[in-house]
Amino acid sequence: MPHIICLAKQVPDPETPAAQFKVDEAAKKVIPVPGIQPVPSQFDTIGVEAALRIKDDVADTIITIVSLGPDSNRDTIKHSLAMGADEGVHINDPAVNDSDHWATAETLAAAIKKLEPYDLIIAGRQAVDWDMGVVGTTIAEILDLPSVTIAKDVKMADGTVTVERVLLDGFETVEAPTPCVVTVSNELGEPRYPQLRQIMQAAKKEVKTWTIADLGIDTPQNRTTLEALFVPDTSIETEFIEGESAQEIGEKLAVRLNEEKLI
Amino acid sequence: MASGVLVFGEATDDGGLNPVTKELIAAGSNLGGPVTCVLAGTGVEGLAQECVAAGAGKVIVVDDPILTPYQGDAYIPMAERITKEVDPSVLLMGQTMMGRDLAPRLAQRFSTAVAMDCMALSMDGDQLIAERPCYGGSARARYKINGTPQMATLRAKAVEPLAPDSSRQGEIVRQDAGVTADQVRTKITDRRKEKAEGVRLEDATVVISGGRGLGGPEGFKELEDLAEIMGGAVGASRAVCDLGWYPVPTQVGLTGKVVTPDLYIAVGISGASQHMAGISSVKNIVAINKDADANIFKASRFGVVGDWKEIFPAFKEKVRELKSA
Repeated sequence: MPHIICLAKQVPDPETPAAQFKVDEAAKKVIPVPGIQPVPSQFDTIGVEAALRIKDDVADTIITIVSLGPDSNRDTIKHSLAMGADEGVHINDPAVNDSDHWATAETLAAAIKKLEPYDLIIAGRQAVDWDMGVVGTTIAEILDLPSVTIAKDVKMADGTVTVERVLLDGFETVEAPTPCVVTVSNELGEPRYPQLRQIMQAAKKEVKTWTIADLGIDTPQNRTTLEALFVPDTSIETEFIEGESAQEIGEKLAVRLNEEKLI
Repeated sequence: MASGVLVFGEATDDGGLNPVTKELIAAGSNLGGPVTCVLAGTGVEGLAQECVAAGAGKVIVVDDPILTPYQGDAYIPMAERITKEVDPSVLLMGQTMMGRDLAPRLAQRFSTAVAMDCMALSMDGDQLIAERPCYGGSARARYKINGTPQMATLRAKAVEPLAPDSSRQGEIVRQDAGVTADQVRTKITDRRKEKAEGVRLEDATVVISGGRGLGGPEGFKELEDLAEIMGGAVGASRAVCDLGWYPVPTQVGLTGKVVTPDLYIAVGISGASQHMAGISSVKNIVAINKDADANIFKASRFGVVGDWKEIFPAFKEKVRELKSA
């Protein structure tokens, strides 16, 4: 039966209001906002959706969710299981929970090896916290697999994965043999939302917890040093155009832009 | 001992030099150089002199049909071999479809790391300092890379190209790709353009973008009218592209296009940080939004609070009148 592995990261809620988004510059970390729970990274949830669409066609497809991070990551795995994935693997080890992208890729690759055999690995095009966009493709290199990035559609049949890839000015269709890695983008469409019954079912699905020792590897080393993290000040003085009527405001705006030689 | 800067330039689909190439060469020069530029693809040799004029000390031309269109499996062995030969201290690519795909894979081949989508690069002694947006553009991070080469991808228009100087001397060498078809595990079976007419968003001096506040896809007709009057291009927020109101390639933002017009008119766009990441270097933003607290106003030079449907037609007609005067 086909086996798809989906990577799922948990991130601070990107919908956090800008006024509440704050950074601890000394710790080089984003300060959690009380009352706002971390959420599954959106592109990863879209990846789970891509896997479920394949499972919709081939019912005996098994989807395994792999997530690395602290205890709270269990919620992200549970969300994917409630969407319809079959089982979860939670890598939870203080030695790697704060890893950079490269050490994370090495840890995840070791976990994926342990889950052999598999046909397809799906990751989000980037996680919506650091926006680096390297983990999926790096895993492909570590495991010596072909990879296709930034997909809007993923199909799998007869040992071939067919991907619609988003380009700057259009799209291309790419075929890759299984097993391979695909990273998905928001153009794939909205992920399904779990129903109450599915959430209850998900509670019964198995989530394994692995540590670095379970993976049989040495703790991977970071390859980057975060030197600084800060919130840039991009606010500028705004000249608000006002008037008695919409007509007057619209015309005034055009006149002001003309005065500034902008039209 | 690794030294110098290796950059991977790019040609456009229609055979010109992708402007990011000159920006990469300038970035490499600013870091101290010398800059070696790789130009790979088909029919790219004619672009080599342009790279020399832009500041490259050496251009390595790799002309082979197997490299067009881009596929990671074809590029990786070529890029790995050239990187070994040149042994650069710093390696740069554009934050393009190629760079996004190739840079992390190449970094893994050298057990090094790459800072993606950088807005500023500098040197601290021998150490590259790479500054990049994160958290959807809400924050910035500065990285050091603990490996060789120190790699970064550069966001379009983040660095000014050097003034072209045709008297600059540079060495141009040809190399074979050294890649065979059996090394390429993927296969491109179809390729199509969506929306190629009019001014390219990335080149436009005026961009008029619409968001969810337009109320529906039909609102874009008004924006297109104004774009035609002003000789500009129309963009869209991710929300409306996801809703199918406007084509995906017009999406402006972190996961869409980075635009740098002289004037950006945002209509019904709230200004989510991921959208702002696509217009972070625009100096003149005009926002029309019914919500006075919309985030977009913080970065806007001119603001109008109100219903765009009432204000925009009058604005458009006045612009038409002023343009024809």
